[in-house]
Amino acid sequence: MAQFRLPANSRVKSGKTYPDVGQAKNIKKFLIYRFNPDLKENPTLDTYEVDMDSCGPMVLDALIKIKNEIDSTLAFRRSCREGICGSCAMNIDGVNTLACLKPVNEVKGSVKVYPLPHMPVVKDLVPDLTNFYAQYASIKPWLESKTPPPPDHERLQSKEDQEKIDKPSACIMCACCSTACPSYWWNSDRYLGPAALLQAYRWIVDSRDESTGERLDSLEDPFRLYRCHTILNCTQACPKDLNPAKAITEIKKLIAHRRH
Amino acid sequence: MSLVSPLNKVLGLGSAKEGAQHWWAQRLSAVALIPLGLWFVFDLAGMGNFEYGTVVGFISSPIRSILLILLIITLAYHSQLGIQVVVEDYVHGSSLKIAAIVITSFAHIFVVVGGVFSVLKIALGTTV
Repeated sequence: MAQFRLPANSRVKSGKTYPDVGQAKNIKKFLIYRFNPDLKENPTLDTYEVDMDSCGPMVLDALIKIKNEIDSTLAFRRSCREGICGSCAMNIDGVNTLACLKPVNEVKGSVKVYPLPHMPVVKDLVPDLTNFYAQYASIKPWLESKTPPPPDHERLQSKEDQEKIDKPSACIMCACCSTACPSYWWNSDRYLGPAALLQAYRWIVDSRDESTGERLDSLEDPFRLYRCHTILNCTQACPKDLNPAKAITEIKKLIAHRRH
Repeated sequence: MSLVSPLNKVLGLGSAKEGAQHWWAQRLSAVALIPLGLWFVFDLAGMGNFEYGTVVGFISSPIRSILLILLIITLAYHSQLGIQVVVEDYVHGSSLKIAAIVITSFAHIFVVVGGVFSVLKIALGTTV
């Protein structure tokens, strides 16, 4: 059966508090999920008081400040700090988003920071995305064409056809959508999830790709595709304002279309 | 630790090449239930009283018997499709999952046959 409660060794306990030691006037409390696999202990929620007068505006700025000045053991992924690499995806104030795009002042009260939901945790805010990336690889995210490329120029595409893949190719694979989806939580071993399906759609509608039929064949499966029940958490969570739910519906419509 | 590659796990047994029929049938039966459901509610509301004789007379009208049988079949079909999805979502482990799907579909077939038989008995029976 699906598990509705966290296993005993994953339940979060209250942790340490790191109070501000200076004379800061503008303090924001950050409650951060901590888990260290070496300690063989339950995860804890540690409290950090951050002086916002000497901190950047985004949640990622605060996390970097905490790591630099308060507790260097805090682990999280980050790279570009401008919402294009997708590394700092995490659950902030109950919503999956990118820490670098989430302003601290949008959160009322303390800022709760957890790793992406329902994924195995490597350490602190670092989730194990192995299965997520394997699902992406499984949809063959590359152009498959039988027609050889023209010898003297690129494969051409009309402006209208390019616009169809404009939005879906803006996906940065941060996993905010997939890990916000209850269907993905219960069946991520067999359901591909919104991110992989959005990418599958990106290649299905690419006018230069000649494997549309094979792509639809491999998706037509009660679990791979049809576990999507149009919950729409994916679209709501996407920090890049993309619409994975609509892409999944389009795939279902294409499969229905070729049957009649 | 598993030595099977993550991609191998995801690819698994491959696509079942199935699911579109289920998805389509679920939507089609939902659409069919709109007029059938509206008819049932409004017709029932206009029945006046719920005395034995009135109800039997109500059901024995040919067009009502036909619509009632259609409603019973469509409703049970739609319900079975939906419950199968719920089972697939939440019941993990293939033997338990298959058992749950088989038992619920048998139960639905039993309800359909029982319902259709009851309507026919009233509609075609002479002992009123």
